[in-house]
Amino acid sequence: MDKLLNDFSLGLFVWQTLLFLLLLFLLKKFAWKPILDAVDEREKSIESALKGAEEAERRMQALQADNEAAKKEAMIERDAIMKEARDTRDDIISDAKTAASEEGVKIIASAREEIEIQKKAAIAEIRTQVASLSLDIAEKVVRQNLSSDASQKELVNTLLNETKIN
Amino acid sequence: MRLKNFAKALILTALTTPVLASSSDTNHSDTDHNEHTVSDQNEAVDTKEEIKSYIMHHLEDTYHFGIWDKAGISFPLPVILFDEGLHVFSSSNFADDHGHHDGIAESNGKHYKIDHAKIYRTDAEGTINYNKPFDFSITKNVMMIIITGLLMLLLFRSLGKSYAANGGISKGVGRFMEPIVLYVRDDIARPNIGEKKYKKYLPFLLTIFFFVWFLNIFGLTPLGVNVTGNIAVTFALALLVFLFTNFTGTKDYWMHLFNPLGNAMPWYGKAVLYIILIPIEILGIFIKPFSLMIRLYANMQAGHIVLMSLVGLIYIFGNMMGGSLSFLLAFAISLIEVLVALLQAYIFTMLAALYFGFAAEEHEHHDEAHAH
Repeated sequence: MDKLLNDFSLGLFVWQTLLFLLLLFLLKKFAWKPILDAVDEREKSIESALKGAEEAERRMQALQADNEAAKKEAMIERDAIMKEARDTRDDIISDAKTAASEEGVKIIASAREEIEIQKKAAIAEIRTQVASLSLDIAEKVVRQNLSSDASQKELVNTLLNETKIN
Repeated sequence: MRLKNFAKALILTALTTPVLASSSDTNHSDTDHNEHTVSDQNEAVDTKEEIKSYIMHHLEDTYHFGIWDKAGISFPLPVILFDEGLHVFSSSNFADDHGHHDGIAESNGKHYKIDHAKIYRTDAEGTINYNKPFDFSITKNVMMIIITGLLMLLLFRSLGKSYAANGGISKGVGRFMEPIVLYVRDDIARPNIGEKKYKKYLPFLLTIFFFVWFLNIFGLTPLGVNVTGNIAVTFALALLVFLFTNFTGTKDYWMHLFNPLGNAMPWYGKAVLYIILIPIEILGIFIKPFSLMIRLYANMQAGHIVLMSLVGLIYIFGNMMGGSLSFLLAFAISLIEVLVALLQAYIFTMLAALYFGFAAEEHEHHDEAHAH
């Protein structure tokens, strides 16, 4: 103990205390602060990057769920539209069918009417033709002076044949 | 948390105190020191007494920076004395023709002489009157402290700068130190002091860790310095820990010292116990840093003694068998000393952090009552 106390150097103690405090001050200002700040910042940025990645992952999952829901909704909507379209188509077809058949009936009726009119017209014309033919025949017969019975008969036949051709 | 820390402290103490025993060797040196001057004539150091005095000489601080004293290779350092006025002169004034620093130096009409590694005032003939001047010389140890400080400043400043220059990632030689800085922060400061307050103590812990570690390592180089094995240095470090602990002590810290039982017992019960408890607690305030001082001093001092004794054994054996055996032993011990250099820096920092943790503690008082 005596030796220890005797060895104790006051000068060294004072220098050590002063120099250590100076070193502490300088290192704190020029070394530890920038080092620890930089490391802190780095750790924070890593942490925030990890959090960001997690957040992105979560958001993507949410997005995927949204997509799935939208898809389902779209499918339902598509089905509804298809069904509606089919119904509309069927309606149109049946409407068209009824319209067409009605039209057909109308056309047929009008055709019949037309035919009837034509028929009547034809018959009327035939009547006039026959009348004029008969007049012609009568005229010719009169013109021949009725020379002979045979010639009369022949004439009548020829005239009749002519008429037939007509 | 507290119990765990306490257990850790106990283990560390148990691990490190056995080395104390070997440091008692220091006491024998006084009687042998007189032979020192007789045999010091550029001859080999090969007797038991010579080796002993050589070791003791190495352990002491010197006024010049000796690289190889036997060959006379050394740098003079400034001597600064306060003795009825300021005296500043070079340590080479003590040197004689052979390079031994045992002459008489004269400054402003006063004469000084080095005896047992201390400067004393003498008369013109060199008779020591054992009047010690106030001695603030830049000795070898002070020089090493300055060099280590500059080295640390350069190293950690470059590390600090490299972050900004390199986008948040360290670069260069400081990069090797970054994991150690982070280790001190994450495994010494944080668990012992707590998340809330560790930042306040961290610069001190980092500085003391690297300071002690670097000086311990320098002690193992052939430069032959023994800074951390000097009681004045460890006393200064321990004193700073003591002051820092007690000046930053919270209300809880002082409550724990003077009213450790809290509300767990009525006052008349506590009064009886406190007659014993409070003196122990107060003693504890001083014993904690005192143990820091002695542990570092004794470990480094003992390491140097053991290592040099083993090297000295080579000359005492003087034959192939003993010499090579001593060499192997010295080699093994020096490897262990490299570990001890780091271990002692770690223990010093760890325990300082633990004491800071006591000072910084703040907790709920009903918890306190249950905990004891």
